[in-house]
Amino acid sequence: MIHAKDINERTPWEEMTPGGEIYEPGTARDFDTGTWRTDTPVFIAEACKHCMLCVPFCPDSAIPVKNGKRLEFDFMHCKGCGICVTVCPFAAIKMVSGGDAE
Amino acid sequence: MSICFSGNEAVAYAMKQINPDVMGAFPITPSTEIPEYFAQFVANGEVNTEFVTVESEHSSMSVCIAAEAAGARSVCATSSCGLALMYEMLYVAASDRLPITLACVNRALSGPININNDHSDSMGARDTGWIQIYAENNQEAYDNFIMSVPIGESVRLPVMACMDGFITSHAVENIELLETDSVHGFVGAYEPENYLLKKENPLAIGPYDISAYYMEHKVQQAEAMKSAKQRILEVGTAFEKLSGRSYGLFEEYRMEDAELAIVLIGSSAGTAKEAVENLREQGVKAGLVKIRVFRPFPSEELAKALANTKAVAVLDKSEGFSANGGPVFAETRSALYDLKERPYLINIVYGLGGRDFKTEDAEKVFARLARIAATGETGLVYTHMGQRTREAIV
Repeated sequence: MIHAKDINERTPWEEMTPGGEIYEPGTARDFDTGTWRTDTPVFIAEACKHCMLCVPFCPDSAIPVKNGKRLEFDFMHCKGCGICVTVCPFAAIKMVSGGDAE
Repeated sequence: MSICFSGNEAVAYAMKQINPDVMGAFPITPSTEIPEYFAQFVANGEVNTEFVTVESEHSSMSVCIAAEAAGARSVCATSSCGLALMYEMLYVAASDRLPITLACVNRALSGPININNDHSDSMGARDTGWIQIYAENNQEAYDNFIMSVPIGESVRLPVMACMDGFITSHAVENIELLETDSVHGFVGAYEPENYLLKKENPLAIGPYDISAYYMEHKVQQAEAMKSAKQRILEVGTAFEKLSGRSYGLFEEYRMEDAELAIVLIGSSAGTAKEAVENLREQGVKAGLVKIRVFRPFPSEELAKALANTKAVAVLDKSEGFSANGGPVFAETRSALYDLKERPYLINIVYGLGGRDFKTEDAEKVFARLARIAATGETGLVYTHMGQRTREAIV
């Protein structure tokens, strides 16, 4: 069984999986895919009630959760789509223009 | 067992004997009868197949792709514009390495709209990454469909088993059927190593490929297609043991000492064989090569078969619009390039949209080859035959 972590841009074709099949789940977290973001969500922690509505609506894995609390965005994976802003009932997320919040 | 079947009935019966897990079904002339017959087998409880009726050929192929990825052996049938509508999904099936078996009942493409036979549908799909096997008659349509299953599954490529629309699909001939148990044993169970429903290891199929990976996957596909040639021969040998009927990459008919040869695909081979026999009686060393496997193309083997001829006509039943000859001609001419001494080579596009190809037409081609061999003058290399014209050329 070939694992996704063992395939990289130096892997010869003989050692890659047929058709690019991936034989394990959750491999997206191993790759930095947030680099092309043009808008960025900003987390306003004091307004957040930790209702967790934003978490399942995030199309990627960009809102980490620990001990029942949502944490700061994972900008390695956030594409800046803004869905979290739309679904947040407490105005605890705002969007700013550009690839990062600064 | 001997039985009277049309080509469509023969393929539907082969499907019944294979008893696939899934059929993606959408009708189009002249392949409609295949899902129609098969629906009866489903209704009668004679197969265990999930028969999925959909709204288009794009969807019927999508059904097969999803089912095959899930681990289910899948079959499909189509023709002409139906195959054209599948075009996008044909590439997905091949590049995801899903060995679907598709009965392609060859028909002209629109427009002008035409329901009769030529090869422009499957020739248009020749670069999709599918193995293509062509039948001359009903027996071959039946046999090829059964052989396509183990061929495709062993190299993980989908297979298009083609026959000529109406000429083969609707004409009734006596054919020999295998016992259903024999077919089961021959195709075996479909046991892919990984599939979506295998709960032990979650699988992603068809992920996005950036340019750092795409080319490697294309090389894998190309290597699979190269390896398919050997596999087709092995399956042919196993099938001969079972049926007594022999299949190679192409059929050589009276080629042992042939000086003049025709190369073509499909049902016209029967007509051309008649012409070969007539000319042989007159002492003309005529022969025929009927291409059975077009993808992978049997390049070295074909060059060897034609190496000792003096003049060869490649007959294309699709135009191609390259302004440089049809697709069978392009492949054949390329195959012959490596020979030290090459025969004279011409291309004749014929039979488009169901235009008749008669024994005397094949004889006219041989007469032209005889003139070329005698004079060394090829004349026009790329011509059409059978059209009304003010010019007196073949």
